[in-house]
This record gives sequence, structure tokens and C-alpha cells, in this order.
Amino acid sequence: MSLKEHSIASIRAGLLAKKFTAAELAIEALEHAQKENPKTNAYLTFSSERALEAAREVDRKIAAGEYPGALAGVPIAIKDVIVTRGVRTTCASRLLEHYIPPYDATAVERVERAGGVILGKTNCDEFAMGSSNENSAFGPVRNPVAPDRVPGGSSGGSAAAVAQGTAVLALGSDTGGSVRQPASFCGVTGVTPTYGRVSRYGLTAFASSLDHVGPLARSVRDAATLLQVIAGRDEMDATSAFAPVEDYAAALDGNVRGLKIGLPREYFDQLSSETGELIYGAVKVLESLGCEVREVTLPHTSYAIATYYIIATAEASSNLARYDGVRYTRRADLGPGDTLADMYRKTRGEGFGAECKRRIMLGTYVLSAGYYDAYYIKAQKVRTLIARDFAQAFAEVDVMVAPVSPFPAFKLGEKVDDPVAMYLSDIFTITGDLAGIPCMSVPCGETADGLPVGLQILARHFDETTMFRVADAYENASNV
Amino acid sequence: MKLTEQDVRRVAELANLELSGDEIARMTQDLDGILKHIDKLNEVDTTAVEPMVSTLSAASGVISHAASGVISDAASGGGQPSSLRDDVERPCLGTATAIANAPLAGNGYFKVPKVIER
Repeated sequence: MSLKEHSIASIRAGLLAKKFTAAELAIEALEHAQKENPKTNAYLTFSSERALEAAREVDRKIAAGEYPGALAGVPIAIKDVIVTRGVRTTCASRLLEHYIPPYDATAVERVERAGGVILGKTNCDEFAMGSSNENSAFGPVRNPVAPDRVPGGSSGGSAAAVAQGTAVLALGSDTGGSVRQPASFCGVTGVTPTYGRVSRYGLTAFASSLDHVGPLARSVRDAATLLQVIAGRDEMDATSAFAPVEDYAAALDGNVRGLKIGLPREYFDQLSSETGELIYGAVKVLESLGCEVREVTLPHTSYAIATYYIIATAEASSNLARYDGVRYTRRADLGPGDTLADMYRKTRGEGFGAECKRRIMLGTYVLSAGYYDAYYIKAQKVRTLIARDFAQAFAEVDVMVAPVSPFPAFKLGEKVDDPVAMYLSDIFTITGDLAGIPCMSVPCGETADGLPVGLQILARHFDETTMFRVADAYENASNV
Repeated sequence: MKLTEQDVRRVAELANLELSGDEIARMTQDLDGILKHIDKLNEVDTTAVEPMVSTLSAASGVISHAASGVISDAASGGGQPSSLRDDVERPCLGTATAIANAPLAGNGYFKVPKVIER
């Protein structure tokens, strides 16, 4: 059964009215997802046993009159860079093809505690490095809207599963746009919360100062509810924030009158005309809802990509050093004379794909003696300036809206041979990660070819509530 | 400054990454292209700008509920209560679980090629 018509609320209503049990829903959802998966390659692993166990627990609670949780019985897909105890977690890398984690990520634990039913693990770019999902060691994901096109990346499988109706919700991860861009390409909602809002415990580290766990859903309300479940301080992640988690879903009253919305001038220069028209159309809708729109400026925007590819690769080169053939399942075949150093080099040389190697090399280079100040420290200084741009703009406006990507989903293979072009396509999403602010993508229409386009909404640190209110009001107004 | 294949070999050595001859050539070209773009940062005047340590400390005064006994821990967003948990003994994974994913293990240890000759 396709889950396309289902939401958190419809499943809860169905369970309480005894139209179906959580176990029945899980079985049907798994059957459907397994049948549909060859069309997109969205899932790498199905966790049927674990799903049924979770679903039965929800049914037991309902039968016993207990509270079944905010996500009771809701089928959810988890990006395969987020660890799941006893369920294979590959990071879409050959290196971890057989890795079975001994613990659950905090976000996963919280999803299940809230009654969520984890159907399986979704495909992505290897170690979340990529913007098209073409860097997976287990084959690319196809966009369910247009199968000859990419679903975006790196959380391409998560976005595709939600768009395809093989999950109601998904968790992704975002370091430079990896939740928002695939959400935009596949026509679903994707959220990058404030840095520190969701624990990174159990999220395989790519660039620790930029990594976020974020929700994907088919509605703003469902995304808000999922964020509320996974957000909050966790003692297992020292960078997780103490700030209290607000009741995001309860704040969605549709009233955005008087909110000040900024359009960052630098984001509107380089749009493909169709994307631009759709974004301006969305701005008109927000105006009609009573928002005050004005232009703002983020003057250091054009330096964001360079800054990001120094900081993110520097951190990645360090984080990925652990895949050395000692602890994580894969070791290269060694000859009798091979040393420990040979083992490291061969294991990593044959294990990592091209994009991971590129980033490890770049990161190692910018951190190496003689280059550290010129590249790494310089980038950290420019990052301060980029964050300051946002702080200054947010002194004038409550949220900003912008495109997510300069263009809609591109064709498979179109950009694989030009890494710089691929990197440049992340220009509108990378800035939010560098500043650590919450941002999201909400669908705002389709091009003439039927390709979805996402509207990005960016808000102040820890002000997810206002971001969701604007997104929800827009969604309701544009659905009429 | 153009990146050479020799530079790339040196970095590959530092990164413990075995690259084939073809990969070295391709990598030299790719990294050179990326570094050219990165050179754009030289346009920015960063005199008197502090390098970012944490996005939260850069966020002016958003988190201000500093309780007493605060450790001003920049890495966890300055001004938050201590991000360090109490130093108490608690159960951990255990050896068998910790080495379960090892490609080669024995007697509760990870096994690697010999590094010290007796």
C-alpha cells in the first residue's frame, strides 16, 4: 500500500478508530516499499523485524489504553549514515558494506520511543558527500518524479522514499544542503534545524561543526512534529543545545500577518528563470498573507563555497581517518610483506569512492604544514563574517526566503565529471550550515517539465517555530 | 601556484591513501580546479576578524540563560550550562561488542600486521 495519502495524523486516527493496526500497516508498507524499490533504489536495507517489533509495541500500548507516542505507528526511513543497532549501516560506502552498529543514534532512539516504525535505511552519497546521490557505492537513486534525473543529495534516498510514498517520514543529514536540496528536487519538505538542536550522537561524522540530523516529510506539520520528537539536549553530544524545545506543531496557526520577510539580494542574481518565477510567486503569496517583504543583503555569500570546502574537507579528512582496516569490517587483502601502513593505504585506497578521496585529499592539503593558516584559519575567519551577515540581516527581518537550488533536478551523469560545478550548485544552502541557523525547503511549485522547486526559509538560531509558521502558512495558502 | 603531481603524492602519503597513477593525474587536475576557486578568499579582508569556533557563540546573545557554575565551553556554544556529564562509572559496550565488527580479532584484541619484531 502506498503511504502517499498518509500523514502522522491520519495514521493516528486510523489506529485509534481500529481501521488498521500498526503491525498491519507496517507489513503493508514494507511489502509496498520492497516492491517499489527497484524503481528508485531509495532503500539499501529493510529492517522488517525491527519495524514489526516497534509496530506491535504501539498496538500493545493502544490496546492497554497507554499513550502510544507522537509518531505512533508511522513508517519512517532512516538515512544510512545514521546508526541503527543490529541493522546494517553502510554510509553508502564499500568500506562499511557489512557494518552492524552496536548502538542506536539518539535521533533513532527518540523516534522509536515516540512510536515510530523504522522500515529501513536509505541510500545516499558515500559518507554524505555529494549533491546528486551519484556517489553511492550501491548505485544512484532515481528521482521518483523524473526517473532520468537525480533526486539530489546527499539524502537522496530519504527524499525519494517520502516522495515515492514508501515512507511517511524520513531522517536525513545536512552538512551543506543535504536535506534541503533533495527535498526540493523531489517535491517534499526538508528541515535543517539549528546546529546543536538535534543530537549528532550516532550520526556518522563527516564535518562535525556543520553536521545536522534533519527531518523530511510530505507536510510542514509532519516535519515539525518529527523535529519536536528528535530535538533537545543529549548528554552523548557535547554540542547539543540546552535551549528548550518548543511545541512547533501547536504554533502552526496560519497567522503570519506582520512578520518581516527578507529577500537576500545575492540569492536572486543567478537563478534559472523558471526557478526565479516560482520563488517570486511564493513571495507574492506570503505578501498576500500579510507579511512585509523587504530586500536584505548577505555580502559575503560569494565566499561561502570556498569557505565550506576548506572547513568541511578539513574536518572530513580527520573524521574519515578511522576507516583504516582495523575496526570497521573491511580490510584490503594483504601480501606477506605488507606492513601496518600498507594495510591503511590499501584499505582506504580500495574502499573509498572518488568523491571521498577528493575531499580527504583536499582536507589533508589545507591542514598540512605551511597551508593551515592560509586556508583553514582564513576560512574560519570568513565563516565568522558569513555568520555576522546573517546576524545583521536578522536584526531587520524575522525570516528570510530564498531559493534552495539555482535549478531543479538535473539529469543523471550531467555533472559527475565537474566537481567544481557540482559544488557551486550548493551555493544557497551552504551559507545556512556555515552560520548554524535553522533553514528548510518547502515545495513551491513545478517547472513546465513538471520538476519540483523548493522555497527555502531561513530563521534565527533556535527560532524553528517562526520558520515552521511561515512554511505552514505558505503551504496552506498555496494548496488552495 | 599550480598544484603538481608530486604535491598530490605527498598529500596522499599524509592521508594514508593509496592512489593509482590515473587517480593521481585526475586528482591533481581536480584539486587544482578547486584550489583556484578557493583562492577567491584572498579577496576578503579578515584583519581583526576572529576565526569561528562555534556557530552558537557567534550568534549574538541568543542563548543567554547562563546558570551558575557555567563552563564557558566555546565548542558547545558559550554560555550554556556545562556540556560535560558527571564523571561517574557506567556500563560500556564491552570488549566482545566493541570488536564484533573488526575484520580480524583474537583474544579480545584487534589484530593488525606485526609492527614490533621480538
